[in-house]
Amino acid sequence: MAEPLVRIDGVSRVFGGGHTLLRRPLPAVHAVQDVSLDVAPGETLGIVGESGCGKSTLARMLVGLDGPTRGAIRLGDTDLVAEGRRDPAALARRAQYVFQDPIASLNPRKTIRAILEAPLGFLCGLRGADREARLQELMAQVNLAPEFLDRYPHEFSGGQAQRIGIARALAPDPALVVLDEPVSALDVSVQAQVLNLLDELKARLGLTYLFISHDLSVVETVCDRVAVMYFGRVVEIGPVRDIFARPRHPYTRLLLDSVPVPGRKPGVTEDANTELPDPYDPPPGCAFRARCPLAVARCGTDRPELDAGPHPVACWEAPPPQ
Amino acid sequence: MGRAARSSAPAGRARRTGAWALLARNHLAVAGLGVVTFVCLVALAAPLLPLADPNATAPADRLLRPGEGGHLLGTDALGRDLLSRLVWGARVSIAVGLSATLIAAAVGSLIGLVAGYAGGRVDNWLMRGIDMVMAFPYILLALAIVAVLGPGLLNALYAIAIVNVPFFARNIRGITLGLARREFVDAARLSGKSHPRILLTEVLPNVLPVIVITMSTTVGWMILETAGLSFLGLGAQPPQSDLGSMLGEGRRVLFTHPHVSVVPGLAILVLVMGINLLGDGIRDVLDPRLKSGALSRPVARTAVRRTAVPERQDHPGAVLELQGMETEFHVGGQVYRAVGGVDLHLAPGECVGLVGESGSGKSVTAMSVMGLVPTPPGRIAGGAAWLDGSDLFALSDEEIRQRRGRDVAHVFQDPLGTLHPLHTVGAQLVEAIRAHRPMPRTEAEAAACDLLALVRIPNPAERMQAFPHELSGGMRQRVCIAMGLANDPSVLIADEPTTALDVTVQAQVLALMDRLRRERDSAILFITHDFGVVSAICDRVAVMYAGRIVETGPTDEILAAPAHPYTDRLIACVPVLGAPDRRLEAISGRPPVVNALPPGCAFADRCPRARDECRVGDIALVEQGGGRAVRCLFPMEREVADG
Repeated sequence: MAEPLVRIDGVSRVFGGGHTLLRRPLPAVHAVQDVSLDVAPGETLGIVGESGCGKSTLARMLVGLDGPTRGAIRLGDTDLVAEGRRDPAALARRAQYVFQDPIASLNPRKTIRAILEAPLGFLCGLRGADREARLQELMAQVNLAPEFLDRYPHEFSGGQAQRIGIARALAPDPALVVLDEPVSALDVSVQAQVLNLLDELKARLGLTYLFISHDLSVVETVCDRVAVMYFGRVVEIGPVRDIFARPRHPYTRLLLDSVPVPGRKPGVTEDANTELPDPYDPPPGCAFRARCPLAVARCGTDRPELDAGPHPVACWEAPPPQ
Repeated sequence: MGRAARSSAPAGRARRTGAWALLARNHLAVAGLGVVTFVCLVALAAPLLPLADPNATAPADRLLRPGEGGHLLGTDALGRDLLSRLVWGARVSIAVGLSATLIAAAVGSLIGLVAGYAGGRVDNWLMRGIDMVMAFPYILLALAIVAVLGPGLLNALYAIAIVNVPFFARNIRGITLGLARREFVDAARLSGKSHPRILLTEVLPNVLPVIVITMSTTVGWMILETAGLSFLGLGAQPPQSDLGSMLGEGRRVLFTHPHVSVVPGLAILVLVMGINLLGDGIRDVLDPRLKSGALSRPVARTAVRRTAVPERQDHPGAVLELQGMETEFHVGGQVYRAVGGVDLHLAPGECVGLVGESGSGKSVTAMSVMGLVPTPPGRIAGGAAWLDGSDLFALSDEEIRQRRGRDVAHVFQDPLGTLHPLHTVGAQLVEAIRAHRPMPRTEAEAAACDLLALVRIPNPAERMQAFPHELSGGMRQRVCIAMGLANDPSVLIADEPTTALDVTVQAQVLALMDRLRRERDSAILFITHDFGVVSAICDRVAVMYAGRIVETGPTDEILAAPAHPYTDRLIACVPVLGAPDRRLEAISGRPPVVNALPPGCAFADRCPRARDECRVGDIALVEQGGGRAVRCLFPMEREVADG
């Protein structure tokens, strides 16, 4: 692989924790635990997992909206965490974010012009005619008519609002765009419009995407590689086709079997009585053990690490790579 | 309420200009505005009016009754003209009240903004400080402040302002707390804005209406408190007049010459009343929660305004039949035809999928059946819903109430919003059971426990004691399904019951519903936008577009060979697992708004196959045989659809 654009190295994020005044420990949630990932320039890396698996926390750390408790993140040849603290604007010029809820990510009391002018002014230092020209260019890039600039967010449909969100993310001409469930709040007929637009922009502007989603069929369509997260950890990572065709981790298999596919009758998935692991009290060994059909005694004591190869998996009982 | 009504609501610009019109419709507020304007104008014009000197004493003319000696309102114990003192005094009272409000609003809002935005330790320190101020009764605190600073109008002003700071701080902090975690604040940070700038340019504009509302409702109070301090002799000092001090002076001669205290008392009453009425009016206009219809107070059941009851077309064996059902929303002179004539029938044990985009009217269809669409603005404008042969729209309110939950039960998308947060799930299930079947509590509890076991909740006896927030999303939705099944309904209406759930949980809930309908022979009307979900559970499917069913038939056949171009595009625009190379065909354009539906086919503008004929007249739902029907003049042939 070429020199990675993003290198996430052993990153953890713990919420809460610490002690009370009486030295009693406070409960801590380990949202992200010891995640290491590389994102190559120009690729789309998908991150899938169920709600609460830490994928959004990981995404927020990549743009400096949150900081890791442990570990390092590098963007190109700079330390992303340090830069985010020292000069958030410098980081925002290189890494941007598209939010899940397009309407909520636009201030209801500002016009689209004011919303888009903010990054152009504060991040790029553009004024006057230059800024106006860039505004027009951005609107053209996301296929919106320039007269929309003077309207307010509530006058837009979800799909249009999400295009404005994308235009704002593209404004400082970033290298990395983190897309946090960018289509899950949209109607199905609009999803395709936005997905196609993202695809086109990536090709035209040479962007790198980190695509967070819980929708496996969307991930399969847009991503080059995918990382499957469970309970704060990456349990499987590799080329998307490979993983979806031959999942090695039982959790990935469960996810894929659970997706309702038109024309496919649902098979037996899992017993509803399984208990999910408690984030305040993570179990020893593999967190998926209680739900896992392959679990053996060793899974309850030793935690599996990602193995080597082009399609690593963190599982003691995983079939060997093919 | 129907998403249809919200998404197609009139543009906000028209609403914003209507703020004055709204205020004008509130007669009490207009009266308040009149009083306040009059008093303020008179107070402002005091130096110009032909009034006697308010401080000139005339012992000879003391305690004249109103009208005597050329004094319109009489004189006080020192012979000073009451009218003149009233006007000058009102001037002082209003000025002090307004200034105190402004100071309290500025300081309190700033504290609230900073505390709510910064959160954590800053929030803790600031709010504990505010709590300390609030720990004293306000009048005691004001007295203490004046005692320290010394009596005088300015000191009274400070005291009142300080006493009211917590009120603003707490209000504004609450609103800011919600706003500061919103995505647009994160977005502003990524646009390179600094924290103070975000607070001032992003958060403050959204908080401003609340500040104005709080101010408008507190000005009256502040004037009253000023009067209170002056009455006690701690505010305005003689000879300066102010409404409170006038009242205090009149108190000494209350029984011999009541007019001296009654006149300023009435003035305070009228002024504060006027301000409060106006303040309430402003709040009603500005408060978004009230604006969104909280004041309109929907009635218990959707109004039925149909001109004719259609002749019943019997579908043998059907338990629920909808026939030409029309539901409209009347908003601001516009008629939104959310449901424009829907025909649908369900047999026992059958699951029918109702598929469409948001705004297509699928939720409104479901809510209309049992009269759950809010009125106003909604109403059923035509058609009928036959349940076991009786017309639901013709029943009395009491009869429909009896049947809700007993014959037709609902399961909604958001289980956390459906369950009451303060009662255990067991208590809510028991209530659902006993509402329709009176039985001893212990018996109902046993039945509730059986229901939880039926929806495969582990440890049902223990979970009876759990509150909704203690359960996971999947567990909550199971409880909702259990509640829906509590009285063995013949029809279960499930409105996107799995959309908010994770895929693995969705698979479990779908399997559960599929099993239950087979075991209990309940019919399910399953509303969704996901053809994968339809394929998993539905026997038949009906596709809705712009308030009408455009295609219906057996699920497998429609998925394999859709006849309506809209169905075809809807299937083609969604990525399918296992087919990553399939090109996503976006549907260009947007659905028509249901208050201005085009003649002919509503989909014509987005349809690649549309011809001139598609844009005229009414296009009927045509039977195609095999239980299939399509509302299209040029349905897709099977060969075309397959190729």
